Amino acid sequence: MLRSSLWGTVLLGRALQAVLVSLLVGSLCFALMHSLPGDPAMRIAAGRYGPDAMSLQAAESVRQELGLEQPLLQQYGRALWQLAQFDLGHSLVTGRPILEELQVQLGHSLWLALASLLLSLLGIPLGIIAGARAGGWLDRGSQALAIGVRALPPFVLGLLLMWLFSIQLGWLPPAGFGSWQHLLLPALTLALGLAALSCRVSRDAMAEVQQSAYFTFARHKGLRGLTLIQRHGLRNAAIPVVAYLGVQAVYLIEGVVVVESIFAYPGIGHAMVHAIIARDVPMVQGTVLTLGLLFVLINLLIDAACRWIDPRQGGTR
Amino acid sequence: MNSTVVTSPTTDIHAALAQAARPQPSRWAQRLGWGLLLVVSGFALLGPWLISADPDRQDLLNALAPFGGHDWLGTDPYGRSMLARLAHGAQLSFLLALLTTLMAVVPGVLLGIVAAWRGGWLEKALVALADMIMALPGLLLVLLVIAFAPGHFIPLCLGLALALWVEFFRISRARSAVILQQPYIEATRMLGFGPGYILRRLLLPALAPTLLTLASFAMSTAIIGISTLSAISVGVRPPTAELGSMIVELLPYYAEAPALVLLPSLLIFLLVLALQLISGGRKS
Repeated sequence: MLRSSLWGTVLLGRALQAVLVSLLVGSLCFALMHSLPGDPAMRIAAGRYGPDAMSLQAAESVRQELGLEQPLLQQYGRALWQLAQFDLGHSLVTGRPILEELQVQLGHSLWLALASLLLSLLGIPLGIIAGARAGGWLDRGSQALAIGVRALPPFVLGLLLMWLFSIQLGWLPPAGFGSWQHLLLPALTLALGLAALSCRVSRDAMAEVQQSAYFTFARHKGLRGLTLIQRHGLRNAAIPVVAYLGVQAVYLIEGVVVVESIFAYPGIGHAMVHAIIARDVPMVQGTVLTLGLLFVLINLLIDAACRWIDPRQGGTR
Repeated sequence: MNSTVVTSPTTDIHAALAQAARPQPSRWAQRLGWGLLLVVSGFALLGPWLISADPDRQDLLNALAPFGGHDWLGTDPYGRSMLARLAHGAQLSFLLALLTTLMAVVPGVLLGIVAAWRGGWLEKALVALADMIMALPGLLLVLLVIAFAPGHFIPLCLGLALALWVEFFRISRARSAVILQQPYIEATRMLGFGPGYILRRLLLPALAPTLLTLASFAMSTAIIGISTLSAISVGVRPPTAELGSMIVELLPYYAEAPALVLLPSLLIFLLVLALQLISGGRKS
């Protein structure tokens, strides 16, 4: 009973976050649509029927249909109502429904995100080994490396990797899309940044666990090496590591946008940047909303993982 | 009335707790950070003033000039002086990031203090606003704001500041709430000192070290943000010399002149590294 109500609060909190994201994105995009120069009805008609078939009649019928002659507040309410029904409208550039375009792009982006998450897991054992011998050369070396990687903006890191693996070594294609090799460089770019953080966090967590009373006790009762770390170290050290995944999620979502643009990888972030340049407001709304909701979903999964690892946690997070 | 009164037992405990919670950056790392910042910001601020070459002046007959000639660091494919472009690009990044940080710190800290001081519905409303902004990853918010006018400075700074002020608001609200309950604040009030005095002499000095850490981190985030957005062509646009867009612009010429790409990358790296070393063990 108590358990289920705790889960209820977690779900409710994240649902509220999802509503907030939608409200924020919807409101900003509504303002954006009305701040653009020119007549919105004309623009939408041109997007739907093509610039050649666009006529005053077409614009007028669009105006009637979408209620663009109504007062602003009424239009705003209408826009939010449409959003609540997942009606994202049509792209102003291609004229196709936004949802169709998003489905394809989101698939590509999810592969990229997943690949980089998996690659970044390598940072955790490195951090744990470094933390187990805090102050050693491996600890200092990995710390310096992590600081260096985090001080490089993701796009510079991406270009450096492109230079190393595509130009110097010729192992991987520098950009584009098609095979798994195209996925590797962008995923590695994101993974390095993610691994740098998870390495530092798991190192600190492990060093802290080592100083705790229960760890000292386990050592005094005769446990050694791997057994000690496995039974008393890992799970306790995992708590902050998983909690920091929230910060990682921000890095991942932001990184997807940047890295896709640099590597010309046709995912949702690439589409977003192009929509901003082309001022395709419905597309901007669709892409930002999708990434925002993906962020909420990742956070929900992190909440669940925290509860699973550490059942002592009440409704604190 | 001196601020040394602060050493009451309760505040010592709070200070000790805060110290324990936050891993202290090592002294030499911070010193290295300040040293680096001094050098790079010196180049960024004094460079454009000392170097007489115009960063936008093209000289196509002198394109891709090597190191050491008249232009010291050579020229780019349009024959523009690399040294001048680097100095102006660094100045732009530095000043825009500083402006963004100020735009985030001032409202963030003031609203945080007001929220902690007044409480009630005002605090609830501000916290709700902060939660709303935190619900979306920062860069997405920045991109949404930039969409209003891509390529202009004001939406760029405004968007970044809008994403960054929340951290200052949250920390200064949480810290002020603890500080304002301390006995020495109550004593100061009973002695008849006004809110202005408490703010200036007690609250802000107590918040200052944390704020410096946060601010240098926020500034490094702003520098990464500005250069990244320019690199994906929604931030500052060519021909303005900007480090991020210079890197992308010069990459195709890597085979002829590798240093052209490496120099702006190195400059961003050093600037961000300096600020992150100063901010110490923050992990975000």
